[in-house]
Amino acid sequence: MSNPSIDTHPLEAEATTEPLLVVDNLHVEFTTRQGLVRAVNGVSYTVNAGESLAVLGESGSGKSVTAQAIMGILDMPPARIPKGEVRFRGTDMLKLSDQARSQIRGQRIAMIFQDALSALNPVFTVGWQISEMFRVHRGMSKRDGMRKAVELMDRVRIPAAKNRVNDYPHQFSGGMRQRIMIAMSIALDPEVLIADEPTTALDVTVQAQIMDLLAELQRESNMGLILITHDLGVVADVADKIAVMYAGRIVEHAPVHDLYKTPAHPYSKGLLDSIPRVDMKGQELYAIKGLPPNLLDMPSGCAFHPRCPYRRDNCVTDVPPLYEISGTRGSACHYYREVLDGTLG
Amino acid sequence: MAPSGERILEVRDLVKHFPLTQGIVLKRQIGAIKAVDGVSFDLHRGETLGVVGESGCGKSTLAKLLMALERPTSGGVTINGQDMTKARGAELKRMRRNIQMVMQDPYTSLNPRMTVGDIIGEPFEIHTDVAPKGDRRRKVQELLEVVGLNPEHINRYPHQFSGGQRQRIGIARGLALQPEIIICDEPVSALDVSIQAQVMNLLERLQEEFNLAYIFIAHDLSVVRHISDRVAVMYLGKIVELGKDEAIYERSAHPYTQALLSAVPVPDPEGRESRERIILQGDPPSPADPPSGCRFRTRCWKAQDICAEQEPLLEVRAGGHLSACHFAEAHDVIHA
Repeated sequence: MSNPSIDTHPLEAEATTEPLLVVDNLHVEFTTRQGLVRAVNGVSYTVNAGESLAVLGESGSGKSVTAQAIMGILDMPPARIPKGEVRFRGTDMLKLSDQARSQIRGQRIAMIFQDALSALNPVFTVGWQISEMFRVHRGMSKRDGMRKAVELMDRVRIPAAKNRVNDYPHQFSGGMRQRIMIAMSIALDPEVLIADEPTTALDVTVQAQIMDLLAELQRESNMGLILITHDLGVVADVADKIAVMYAGRIVEHAPVHDLYKTPAHPYSKGLLDSIPRVDMKGQELYAIKGLPPNLLDMPSGCAFHPRCPYRRDNCVTDVPPLYEISGTRGSACHYYREVLDGTLG
Repeated sequence: MAPSGERILEVRDLVKHFPLTQGIVLKRQIGAIKAVDGVSFDLHRGETLGVVGESGCGKSTLAKLLMALERPTSGGVTINGQDMTKARGAELKRMRRNIQMVMQDPYTSLNPRMTVGDIIGEPFEIHTDVAPKGDRRRKVQELLEVVGLNPEHINRYPHQFSGGQRQRIGIARGLALQPEIIICDEPVSALDVSIQAQVMNLLERLQEEFNLAYIFIAHDLSVVRHISDRVAVMYLGKIVELGKDEAIYERSAHPYTQALLSAVPVPDPEGRESRERIILQGDPPSPADPPSGCRFRTRCWKAQDICAEQEPLLEVRAGGHLSACHFAEAHDVIHA
């Protein structure tokens, strides 16, 4: 540690103790005509190699903005990062120059987007778009790039890849397009893969295929995976640990089994309780009352208090810190002990 | 709720083919998209029939046919003993009152230039006999209250409401003419998770209050199970399995239903390593050129020669309910 060998990559110099990717107290705000929107308010999480972190939240919870800040693809302005660090192998990426950053983006940290049709360029063939990764980042010739593109299309199991490499995105089905997106993202063997709602636009049987493919690619290459989703089912299937976001903050983080068994925040508990279950048929579903808050006009104290069935007086006035429950769990609720025991009512 | 009431909707061998043409001046028909290809079922008063299937299986075309927004190529839709496919003019208009629709996307299905009062009151403009002019405002306010919105918001515009509230406006519009049947086409899939349960509860409460029959089209199988009395599974324009909800979910006999059920992520990480997973290969074939015999055979692991030659009929097979597979075998995928 104190004496890194000279030929290591500068980014790997301090890599021994730190997790692969650390998001530390990240804040993101947007200047809008209506006022300042604090989309991300002190989010922290870590991802290790080979680990799957699911970031769960509804629209407007800040889960995608956090990912965009990691990737460095936020439009600044209107966005601004007033505070926080994103450390990849120990280096704060937010302090790097644009040029140094683009060396990491796409190569070492890659991202898959929700809507593969709009993420692909309709006027270039898919082979051209996949091979662009190799031409731009590796300086390969067109021919070598195309050969690599076919290899990758095989790897994400697109049938008859050789014949389809010169097809355009519109000639593929939704599931196949998402496979092409995945092929592009894993082209340069990234160490971290961020998947932003990768299966939301797909049918369930195709969703199962894609999640299966992602899990297999992750096993093969030991990538760290950040899965951004609103689907509690997908999370339960693939994640090792979960961070639940609400109104720009992480309200609970936990290993996946713990969170589903004993949620420690009223919001996560409410989400789990509102899933239709077989034994609840014909009964009224539990519903979290009210609406997610307007980010321009955030509630005082705990942002969840207007919807919380367990609300007490101090919830309205005091912002709860992220209490540590154990080494691996945390909850941003003043009464997390009571939520855990089920003694609040 | 058990399907206690009498039969109000009868669908028989419903077919809708959309012609595929070539040429601009001299249009020649070169084929047809077989969107709905021989669908039959009944719906009883106060009952919910869930319709599940992947995109392109024809479930939304089915909804349009039932609303008489599309004319079927052949087959019949009978509401309360009257054949809607033969009805024209004033007769059709009267029948349409009885069957209304709630759309998927509450952001695009409400006109942004109309106030909520005008949107919900518009059905009264068309069916003037339901509410006399002076009475309409009061009726609209009643409807707002029924769906859990503030009646004083009658003069607001759709953009002033959240997604869940907009869906309530859509539901109020569907209720305006006091129909007996409401077709819900993916009514909660555009909503946030914490809002979905609110809208589901509203739909169930309204069903009880007005003895409505629902056709509930969705791709989320757990949502469909929660609300449905019976479930129809569609694949490439045909119903492949139809039965009571517990029959479909616990004793499904068609391989497609089994694959569909096993593909649904279970919101519980317990035992996820040992869970049975049927991962289908490839995508559904094009409805313009469906496979011969059984349409699912190209992706089916049970397929044999007979599946290509002979189309399996939808009849009572293993499991004691209707399924369309030569090798139907009841199997509990979820608890296996």
